[in-house]
Amino acid sequence: MDNNAIEMLGITKTFPGVIANDHINLSVRDNEVHALLGENGAGKSTLMSILFGTYDSDEGQIKIHGKEVIIKDPNAATALGIGMVHQHFKLIQNYTVTENIVLGIESTNKFGMLDLRKAEKRVSELSKKYGLMVNPRDKIEDISVGMQQRVEILKTLYRNAEILIFDEPSAVLTPQEIEELMDIIRKLKAEGKTIILITHKLKEIKAVADRCTVLRRGKYIGTVDVADVSEQQMAEMMVGRAINFEIDKSPPRAGNIILSIENISVKNIRGILGVRNLSLDVRSGEIVGVAGIDGNGQSELIYAITGLSTVESGSIKVNGTDITHMTVKERIEAGIGHIPEDRHRYGLILDFSVAENCIIKNYDKSPYSSRFGILDFNVISRHTADLISQYDIRAGEGPSMKACNMSGGNQQKVIIAREIDLSPQVLVVAQPTRGLDVGAIEYIRKRIVNERDKGRAVLLVSFELDEIMNLCDRIAIISKGEIAGIFKAGEVNEKQIGFMMAGSKKVEVFKETVK
Amino acid sequence: MTEPAKKRSFKDLLLKSDAALSVVVVLLGFLCGTILILCVGRNPVGMYKAILQVLTGYNIDRHQWYVRYVGEWLAQSMPFILCGLSMGFAARVGLFNIGGEGQYVVGLTIAQVFALLGPQFSVLQWVVALVLAMLGGALWGGIVGWLKAKYEVSEVVATIMLNYIALYGSRIIMMRIPGTNTYKTLDYPATALLGSSFLQKLTGGSMLNLGFIFVILSVIVYWFVIEKTRLGFGLRATGFNKDASRCSGIPVTKSIVLSMAISGVFAGLAGGIVALGSFKYGRVLSGNDGYGFAGIAVGLVGNSTAFGTMLAGLLFGMLSSAQPLMESNRIPKEITFIIQGLVVIFIAIRAGLRMAITYSMKKNILRETQENE
Repeated sequence: MDNNAIEMLGITKTFPGVIANDHINLSVRDNEVHALLGENGAGKSTLMSILFGTYDSDEGQIKIHGKEVIIKDPNAATALGIGMVHQHFKLIQNYTVTENIVLGIESTNKFGMLDLRKAEKRVSELSKKYGLMVNPRDKIEDISVGMQQRVEILKTLYRNAEILIFDEPSAVLTPQEIEELMDIIRKLKAEGKTIILITHKLKEIKAVADRCTVLRRGKYIGTVDVADVSEQQMAEMMVGRAINFEIDKSPPRAGNIILSIENISVKNIRGILGVRNLSLDVRSGEIVGVAGIDGNGQSELIYAITGLSTVESGSIKVNGTDITHMTVKERIEAGIGHIPEDRHRYGLILDFSVAENCIIKNYDKSPYSSRFGILDFNVISRHTADLISQYDIRAGEGPSMKACNMSGGNQQKVIIAREIDLSPQVLVVAQPTRGLDVGAIEYIRKRIVNERDKGRAVLLVSFELDEIMNLCDRIAIISKGEIAGIFKAGEVNEKQIGFMMAGSKKVEVFKETVK
Repeated sequence: MTEPAKKRSFKDLLLKSDAALSVVVVLLGFLCGTILILCVGRNPVGMYKAILQVLTGYNIDRHQWYVRYVGEWLAQSMPFILCGLSMGFAARVGLFNIGGEGQYVVGLTIAQVFALLGPQFSVLQWVVALVLAMLGGALWGGIVGWLKAKYEVSEVVATIMLNYIALYGSRIIMMRIPGTNTYKTLDYPATALLGSSFLQKLTGGSMLNLGFIFVILSVIVYWFVIEKTRLGFGLRATGFNKDASRCSGIPVTKSIVLSMAISGVFAGLAGGIVALGSFKYGRVLSGNDGYGFAGIAVGLVGNSTAFGTMLAGLLFGMLSSAQPLMESNRIPKEITFIIQGLVVIFIAIRAGLRMAITYSMKKNILRETQENE
């Protein structure tokens, strides 16, 4: 038989009301790259948290190299040679790379003073060995996100990890950085490490993984050799049915300019300009995508359009009407619809019912409110029941169901139903499918295309390049608060967009690709 | 098999319903109070006899009805209910109004001044006095809302400071009224008094007065505004999630100012009713009456709902008017304060209580799944 580095047998973990892991088996061979595939909420992270000692399992056993072990906390996991590269880095910004790496296991000289020299030497050796190219003396705040991730990798290697768990490592990276990460993973494997890769991106699994274990809704579905299956087959295992990734979309029939943004500058929460001199037009009947890495001015742009931030300079017009200094309410009435990025913070009032959430933007208008300011809950409830059936919202208790008791996909459907029902001229959509299951993603993308076909101007901000490539008629790449380039769909490929997301200008990118 | 199912549904109720939890909390308070009385070597039956007499007027020992006690209870409850509503209204909008005391004092002062110096018209002088008291409370609360909305001043700090300003401001103003000595003014004219011969006859000469009508109206208005109107919808939305409200075009800053002002209306009214209903002369306050602070507890126990707050106010009023009866039953009256305090503490730790319930439920499920295997 094969030599198994890890065996997890019959792992079960329940949280109040949910069975996150239901008798899951996972066996990872020595020196392989093993992908753990599943949708959000499938139980991947829970399973890995149990392996890393963050959670206790209710049932089941764990064997490392054939020996049964009890992992009661992350320190125990580290002692067993297991290292975790977290999705959200746990680094101290104003410490150097080495300081971050040795944190918690600092070596001292005989006077009890910190001895960083030795650690630094080892860090640069490790860095060289695995091709990480990290300078041990750089401060974390000065290096890129991709580099920070490598520091996290070094942290596990420094602690002699033989088994490395990567938790959604590509979520924060540009396409180029993802490729480099894949190389690093290959290198780690070549040096004898065992790797578990948590992801829902099939392309990456195809690129580096040997085998893949699929989870769905807390249950073990199967383990396959990656070479033997297609992406489509893996997707079907993950979702449980055949799915269609490509969206059927007719060519756009773009009309007049509806949303016109001219030279706006917007401050971010730290008081620095997050958007600088940005101009962008969206025509009726087209979807314009804003591609970029998180934190490059996307939020500020959206806040400026929807009225959540004030604009320092420049102007925003809808259908020729200047809305730059209007209140949020006036903008809604001028025809701005908004599907916010953070649906729990901005999109919904979780303690409100579906019905109350459905009318929150026009509760003060007839027929919901009488002339004397009294709400007609019968009308509201009937209207909501309409929306529920029209948009296929699964609300078990009907219009009076509280939003917090619904699944993420259905919460998002409530927002979409509300916004589309207001029939806005401009629909500003941010990260509409983040954290949703494939079924809901399909539905929501279709609805967005549908709105375009009705002649609305749609501005889509997304960190998922696939989503941008799939949905948009024109793509604007944003970097450091400026538009690095605008293209028609099909004019650019992912690689070129990636370069521009990382800060190169349009001209440079095309020079480079010609070379 | 049926029994654990029943048990769980009760726990479920506690998890889901704030009202059920409040009732349990109150019962727990009384249980602790009873144990405490036993500890000091008295018979707790005395307390329950006193409570029965307050609630129904019936004296078990003498087998006699004294309706007056019911009237006193209701009269005593009025400021508790109103200050509870004041706390609750702000809480529904996500604000912590601990300035009920100051708003109460402002209402009280305005009512006193108007009763003494205002024009005396025969019929509705007391109504005008109460309305002015409400406006005064609204102003005092509104200032806090405005400071919060405009300059992001914490409403907690602002209300504490305004409580002091109200108290000492009231003293200065009252002392300046001719005929005032260090603690009281001259008597009010009869037209300003809230006393009603009808209510007095009905309740055997208690202090129950016309202010009661305003209290009932307040409870109804509170419920109607919060639950049924456009205004209430916006306020509740703001209370639950300010960001989403702003994003939906609800005027959040206006909501904050307005809610603090309305909150002040209730407390101001409480002040007016105490000024003209419980006394025949104006007082120069030497300290706080404490209704505003007690209102915080009332609002908490009542879960900031109209009827819950009314019930909680009646509970606090009952405890306070049971004091003299308890003394005569050889129960230390301080027990009532202890029960009030315990109730508030239990309410404050209800999040913890819920956690304990969830934990025990989880363990149950686990045990059952293991047994099934």
